[in-house]
Amino acid sequence: MSVEYKTTFASIDNFNKGGVQMIAGNIKDYVFSNVYEVASKYAPYERVVVAKNLVYTIESCKAEGESPWYTCSHDEFAIAFDYDIEVHYIKMDDTSFIDDEKDGSFRLDDKPAGQYMGKITLSRGHQALLPEKTAYSFKSAKPATLVFQAILGDESNEKWPEICLT
Amino acid sequence: MTDLTAAVNNEQTGYQDFPVGSFNFRRDEYFAYIDYPDGEYVMPIDAYLKALMRDVAWGFFYGTVNFDSVFGTMNHYGNVDLFIGSHNEEYINNDKDFMENFPSEELMEVFQAMLADWTIEGFDPFAAPQETGTAWGPKNGNNDEAISRKRQVAQRMIGIPGDTEIRSDETGYTVNRHFQDVDQSQPVVEAEPGFEDQIHGFNLWAHLSRSVETWNPSIVSVCKQSLLCPTSEEFILPVEHGNDRVEWFVQVSDEIIWEIKDGKSSKPRASLVMRAGDVACMPADIRHQGFSPKRSMLVVWENGSPEILEKIKNGTVPRVGVEF
Ligand SMILES: [Fe+2]
Repeated sequence: MSVEYKTTFASIDNFNKGGVQMIAGNIKDYVFSNVYEVASKYAPYERVVVAKNLVYTIESCKAEGESPWYTCSHDEFAIAFDYDIEVHYIKMDDTSFIDDEKDGSFRLDDKPAGQYMGKITLSRGHQALLPEKTAYSFKSAKPATLVFQAILGDESNEKWPEICLT
Repeated sequence: MTDLTAAVNNEQTGYQDFPVGSFNFRRDEYFAYIDYPDGEYVMPIDAYLKALMRDVAWGFFYGTVNFDSVFGTMNHYGNVDLFIGSHNEEYINNDKDFMENFPSEELMEVFQAMLADWTIEGFDPFAAPQETGTAWGPKNGNNDEAISRKRQVAQRMIGIPGDTEIRSDETGYTVNRHFQDVDQSQPVVEAEPGFEDQIHGFNLWAHLSRSVETWNPSIVSVCKQSLLCPTSEEFILPVEHGNDRVEWFVQVSDEIIWEIKDGKSSKPRASLVMRAGDVACMPADIRHQGFSPKRSMLVVWENGSPEILEKIKNGTVPRVGVEF
């Protein structure tokens, strides 16, 4: 018999979180959360750390409307986990204010002066490079889940007791 | 004392023995026999070869690769322990555990030769059960192509000019039978003139839907020492991976059940059910084995910092990902 397989994805408005059956030990050891649930709970573009290893992070946020502009001394990556999200890029005229030693992205006061590099429209499962020392901003027509491969910085929020199974 | 070792007739089967240190490895039509000074340990050959494939492909990996609850390797990064029962409470308590340390290169050479000789034509130890032949029977050709695949390792990001290429029909990666419904579109990149090479994106889910192997993470993007290592999973992770550092999982599609046991004693600790969007951390003192009922997409997230190796050596590596 041939079977038609259905791949199960989830979204900010439709997710089915798993869990832990404990036998011995502490459930908190598994730091168990869900990127869609986290995105749904917090303000647009409030990045919440869902995984952390030394200084490195995976962060999840809700993309909705236009974000502020950000930059970072190193590469980061963003993945659209459900709905369409635009990423806009600017090559800044002046990058001398970026401290090479500073990890993590930070917010710019305004849209920076520079050359518009273009945009990438991400759909579910698409990953974009956020190149080092480039300004970027997001735009999404409706709430969508955006996940970052990043480093702990000014924009990273840790809310473990609120997001993890206990 | 009575000789309890199995009678393996290489003349009849055509396989070779592989001695290393005080171990000797033998196979017949159905089983692998691991002889060591205190006795002989037996495993089904299919499970043995699938585990051996990972241990070889991952260069003994991070921490312990338990082929089952008794036999395995423990990586000390440059040298490696080969053990029977050293991570099993009953063996240890009854003083039946046996372990020998080897330079990594020496053991790897023997493992590679064993994998090549014992893998027969049509059997692919990396593939899902329904996508491969069987490991049973006498020596019948080999499958060097399947066992020598190189995993894709991006330097910055998959698909950037000069970096590892995106999987496609043209490059020999077709969409897996379980992922026929996965959207294959690529992101719409609208670069201004002159910036075509500077902004970049690709469809990670589509990339994963085209994975030939199961339970074999590749690297798609690199943020300093942070390595995004997604993989496609089906059936059983052929090893119980014993962590020497924490390891994070982000389940992308479908569902995986993780059986968690104590790293040292092998006693059961927990069972995790991870569904799309779930994130969990494997503590540094456990072993884990995944069951994936349907082919699923999983992001394994690794940290390659040399700092972690230092912390393992001086015993200060954190046991859990986050304390809260
Ligand atoms: Fe693992």
